[in-house]
Amino acid sequence: MRFSQAWLIARHDIRLIRSRKGIFYALVAMPLGISLGFSALIAYIASSGGPTAASALPPYIDAFSFWFVIGAASLPTSIAAYGIVGEKVEKSLEPLLSTPTTDGEILLGKALAAFVPTMAAVWAGSVLYMGLADWAVWGTFGYLYFPNLDIAVLLLVLAPLACLYSVEVSIIVSARVTDVRSAQQYAGVIFLPLILLYVAGELGKPELNDTNLLIIGGVFALIVLALFSTATRTFHREEILTRWK
Amino acid sequence: MSGSMIHAEGLTKRFGTLTAVDQVSLDLEEGEVFGFLGPNGAGKTTTVRMLTSLISKTNGTALVAGCEIGREADELKLRGRIGLLPENVGLYENSSAYQNLEYFGQLQGLDPVTLRRNVERLLRTMDLWEKRDAPVATFSKGMKQKVAIARALVHDPILIFLDEPTANLDPEAAKMVREVLLGLKKEKRTIFLNTHNLDEAQRVCDRVGILRTRLLTVGAPRELEARMSGNRTVVRLDRVSEQVVRAVEARVGSGRVEVSGDQLLIDVEDADRQNPAIAETIVAAGGRIRQLTQLSTSLEEVYLKLIHEEALPA
Ligand SMILES: Nc1ncnc2c1ncn2[C@@H]1O[C@H](COP(=O)(O)OP(=O)(O)OP(=O)(O)O)[C@@H](O)[C@H]1O
Ligand SMILES: [Mg+2]
Repeated sequence: MRFSQAWLIARHDIRLIRSRKGIFYALVAMPLGISLGFSALIAYIASSGGPTAASALPPYIDAFSFWFVIGAASLPTSIAAYGIVGEKVEKSLEPLLSTPTTDGEILLGKALAAFVPTMAAVWAGSVLYMGLADWAVWGTFGYLYFPNLDIAVLLLVLAPLACLYSVEVSIIVSARVTDVRSAQQYAGVIFLPLILLYVAGELGKPELNDTNLLIIGGVFALIVLALFSTATRTFHREEILTRWK
Repeated sequence: MSGSMIHAEGLTKRFGTLTAVDQVSLDLEEGEVFGFLGPNGAGKTTTVRMLTSLISKTNGTALVAGCEIGREADELKLRGRIGLLPENVGLYENSSAYQNLEYFGQLQGLDPVTLRRNVERLLRTMDLWEKRDAPVATFSKGMKQKVAIARALVHDPILIFLDEPTANLDPEAAKMVREVLLGLKKEKRTIFLNTHNLDEAQRVCDRVGILRTRLLTVGAPRELEARMSGNRTVVRLDRVSEQVVRAVEARVGSGRVEVSGDQLLIDVEDADRQNPAIAETIVAAGGRIRQLTQLSTSLEEVYLKLIHEEALPA
């Protein structure tokens, strides 16, 4: 497996995606929206909460932070779907497969094309969010709330895993459909476990503290591994050329 | 690699219970243009996909450009040595001609200088240099086909597979692409050409093979024509006499001569050698020859005859 070959494919896909305005804007708008919207809410709660604000705020802030995980899962679906369905529509997989590139390198390239821009956007958004939130709650807490261990686990463990999970599901689904819209519809099931997790966290069971987040991360990692083997089996040249529609 | 570009033996591909390609054995020498003819569903594309290591073979062996197909260690090397124009061109429509070629050159591992030089040379040869930055989507079908052929050549492969390059093109575009093929032939490229078009095969190919799941025959177009037809000499006489017929029969063997009006139809084995003797015999027997011709069969007739025979239940 040559990373350089995979990166060549990823770069090509990213260039193609850049011309798809909808995908590109979502990549910028969603993390920016989460940052600006939630830090404004935090500022509002901090300013109107009075003396109890200092104890009321942390659960809100943590819940808001979780949205970066949801963003990391939702943003790559359309890129990954285009990466596969786009090649199917253009019938460009056969010439691509006829170059000295392994199936694994192509698959990795497709995954990177969705993973890298998504995580760049999510991380950039989260830095902005942490800065704005700190600025808003400085007066209330008297210390900087971010960075802390919780958000580090969210951003560095859970978000990348959620992103990978979503990329893999999108690739597997895209192999079986012929248009991007239905790929995205099927890939929509991706969010179900995340939303359930979010709601459960809001209700306080399980509490989304760093230990629990790491456990959840571990479960995610197992799912990601299992999906990886399905994805590699699906993305096999013989399958692609003789079974894919 | 002393000249042999493809050496296939008993190549077979089954999809479930369907045998798409059955026991195909063929050889292709360096510098040769080989035409692979066959009706829809004959297995041409499947054969090319096996030879380019895109799909696995069910049975048989093949050495292609010095690499053994189906041997994992050889696969990348093989794909670096060959170029493929697939049945569907598969260009990135929103990218320019230049970008399409550039991407494939990069995937082939060309250094930037060689890459730029090759892309420019090819686009100029294809008469597309002026349009290099326009999205391929704005091109005509013939132009797209040329971009795809250029893409197959970008890394200077030693063997090129072209799967029906002129199918689905209007006559003018087909002519444009055929000129490109003749240009490649002139450059002494080694080409494996799948085609439906017999006229094209005749004009471009040194040898052709006719496929219908099994390889029915292989040979130079002229040789195939001769093999099937050349074997009938037609002599038109002033008047056909009993004496002439008997003399000719004595010469070529009885049962080989047929009389039809003022004509004699004679089965021969080697027309070039036998015809002068036949003429002498007729003259000696008192016949007056008005015309002596060889009944000729076109490649098209050879093709149709073989394909048709094959369609009959065994
Ligand atoms: N993936 C596949 N699964 C099952 N059968 C297949 C598959 N690909 C090809 N076939 C069958 O194999 C046979 C040969 O097909 P192939 O495409 O190689 O023919 P071809 O000579 O290229 O035809 P055409 O002139 O139409 O391009 C056909 O009967 C076809 O239906
Ligand atoms: Mg075909």
